[in-house]
Amino acid sequence: MVGTVNVAGSLNPHADASGIMEAPMVEIEHLSLWYGAKRALRDVSMSVPKHRVTAYIGPSGCGKTTLLRCLNRMNDLVDGVRITGAIRIGGTDIYDPTLDVTELRQRVGMVFQKSNPFPKSVFENVAYGPRILGVRNRSDLEGIVERSLRAAALWDEVQDRLGDSALGLSGGQQQRLCIARAVAVEPDVLLMDEPCSALDPIATARIEELMLELKNSYTIVIVTHNMQQAARVSDYTGFLLLGELVEVGVTRELFTSPRDKRTEDYITGRFG
Amino acid sequence: MRRFWKSGEPFVWLTGSALALCLLLVVGLVALILVNGLGFFWPADVLRATLVDGTVLTGIVREREAIPGKPGEFRIKLQVGNRDLYGADFQWVDEARIARRERPADVVVIERTEWGPLLGTIEALRDGDRVLAVRGAAGLAELARRLPEAARLRREIRALEKGDIGAINHAQEQARLALRRLDLRGITAGARVDAIQAELAALRARYAREEARLAELKRRQTARVVVAADGGKAKELPLAQVLRAWAPNAMGLAAKARHYAAGVWEFVADDPRESNTEGGVFPAIFGTVMMVVLMSLLVAPLGVLAAFYLREYARQGAFVSAVRIAVNNLAGVPSIVFGVFGVGFFIYTIGGSLDRLLFAEALPTPTFGTGGILWASLTLALLTVPVVIVATEEGLAAIPQGLREASLAVGATKLETTLRVVLPAVMPSVLTGLILAMARAAGEVAPLMITGVVKLAPSLPVDGFWPFVHLDRKFMHLGFQIYDVGFQSPNVDAARPMVFVTTLLLLLVVILLNLVAIGLRNRLRRTYATAAV
Repeated sequence: MVGTVNVAGSLNPHADASGIMEAPMVEIEHLSLWYGAKRALRDVSMSVPKHRVTAYIGPSGCGKTTLLRCLNRMNDLVDGVRITGAIRIGGTDIYDPTLDVTELRQRVGMVFQKSNPFPKSVFENVAYGPRILGVRNRSDLEGIVERSLRAAALWDEVQDRLGDSALGLSGGQQQRLCIARAVAVEPDVLLMDEPCSALDPIATARIEELMLELKNSYTIVIVTHNMQQAARVSDYTGFLLLGELVEVGVTRELFTSPRDKRTEDYITGRFG
Repeated sequence: MRRFWKSGEPFVWLTGSALALCLLLVVGLVALILVNGLGFFWPADVLRATLVDGTVLTGIVREREAIPGKPGEFRIKLQVGNRDLYGADFQWVDEARIARRERPADVVVIERTEWGPLLGTIEALRDGDRVLAVRGAAGLAELARRLPEAARLRREIRALEKGDIGAINHAQEQARLALRRLDLRGITAGARVDAIQAELAALRARYAREEARLAELKRRQTARVVVAADGGKAKELPLAQVLRAWAPNAMGLAAKARHYAAGVWEFVADDPRESNTEGGVFPAIFGTVMMVVLMSLLVAPLGVLAAFYLREYARQGAFVSAVRIAVNNLAGVPSIVFGVFGVGFFIYTIGGSLDRLLFAEALPTPTFGTGGILWASLTLALLTVPVVIVATEEGLAAIPQGLREASLAVGATKLETTLRVVLPAVMPSVLTGLILAMARAAGEVAPLMITGVVKLAPSLPVDGFWPFVHLDRKFMHLGFQIYDVGFQSPNVDAARPMVFVTTLLLLLVVILLNLVAIGLRNRLRRTYATAAV
């Protein structure tokens, strides 16, 4: 089912096409994906550089979320998925049948479109991942929770109510809590699937600010509907259309001088 | 007209009336039970009716109805009591035949251990040949003064019978079984057998001593009350048999209220008498609650695990759909079928095997190979498991997929996700299922009748003898009590109020059990409320 295409170990085989010259964290090679008979991704190849924000844009149903969910193998949960091609994260083939998926998911954290805190206390939400990893010591957990909440710029707002239900937080706070929960297990890569689509502009601005800070420690891949957001926060942008990666490049260049006609049509608002 | 229909108003009225009709039926049912049940303990006035032919009838008016075929004429049903003297507890009297009605203050009603109520006037109180008090109020006062002592003695006798003598019986039975066990292994002589024989001899000696004490206690009760009843007969009643005595016509409202409260307490806390038509229903309450609790403990894990497999692990398809439909339809199988299954599978197959393996020394007397509270609870668990499965499955379906993904995304395995996230979140739904299951189980009678409920159980399933909880024992149940008292009793008229009171009590027990579960569910809901965002 999962084929691995071995491309000779150059740092970035698509450097010329995409203009991404930096050291890659994630390398995607000839990735295709089918949901049953329906092909959702067509021969996607690109690399995601380390400690940068990479954005995927494209109209609804273009496969950008599917591509994102390939990176932590969340698509495994869907019945009837078939994948060919290869993805390497930090040099490891993540579709290697001997690979432990839970370990992969600890290295590749994810923040979802709809904030989904557990119906537990703020503390327990953040401590959930570390507990799964086997951290039992209370003071260790407290340290991790504080560090993660600070990293998610939430500590000052919730430090007095760590024991309260996470469901009592506002939408923006809940989403930052989910970010804190994701970074608590210290992943290398942080996947964000339209993290601001359910938030108001102020909460959105806070999360965007946070992303710029987080990219110093994590490699961030974000899917967004909002082209302005992609322009604001990302260093690199990929444009997908009907499962095909039409164009990928430095964000500023892609938005100002797209090489492909379809990209131009999309970013100028002619469709989508 | 068209506009009126389009306004939606008629539909509102239709839905409203449907609800009102349902409420009316329920309220009517509850009111019927309340009216018939609550009056049972009230010390109603006693009427002395002198008929035109000179006969005197003393009794409590229990009913009044029009005489069929004679318009405008009525008759009353008098509870005259004194079954041992005249045979019938109740008598119908045409009102036209009554010449005089009185409410004499000196008529007493005596509740006794056998033969139902005794109605009449106190002639005297005697101890042997010695007269302690004479007729009227003085006699009643002396009787009231002596009753606590009689009650204390009765309790002492009971404690001796159930406690000390019961313990000796238990020890004798254990010794007998130990001997039999040795016998089965081919050991019929030797030190161990001798030791047991010596123990048995000691027990027999102790038994003789205790029995002498019992006889002595019984002899100590010599006081008697002489009551003159209608029709010239008198009854000499040992005080030991008198439970309560009161003169309702001389009682004020406060005294009646006290009497009422005492009656309710006796009903809830005492053992039954007179083939369950009198006394209390404590063993039945205990049996019902214990059976429901056991059933809940059995059905909750079974139902939850099955639902988890159906919803979380099984590949959704035609087969799972078929299983789901089958489970739902299981709820429609008549309960007696479950009872028959319980008898055939649990009692004969499992219980019989258990007996042969573990309790061989007791055979041919079955231990688990006969109806008992464990088998009854298991049968009801089987009966109610569809409810729990359906409720749990619906709860699982309502948990947002995002919650599971959030857990998986930080590296939790599916098992960790299920145990730490899904299970806590689904608990309120499980309890909802359990509440429905409990209500169903508490009211069920048919399958219980053949899997372990009896009319009168000699002892509760929980007592002071090792291992304290006896799951093999037969038990009493309020639902069966209602059926038994209402339809199997030799004295249906006397037992009828008992049916209503027992029904009321069963309703209360079910409501109470449900309130506990609802309280628990609300607490869980507060802790694990799922996101509404």
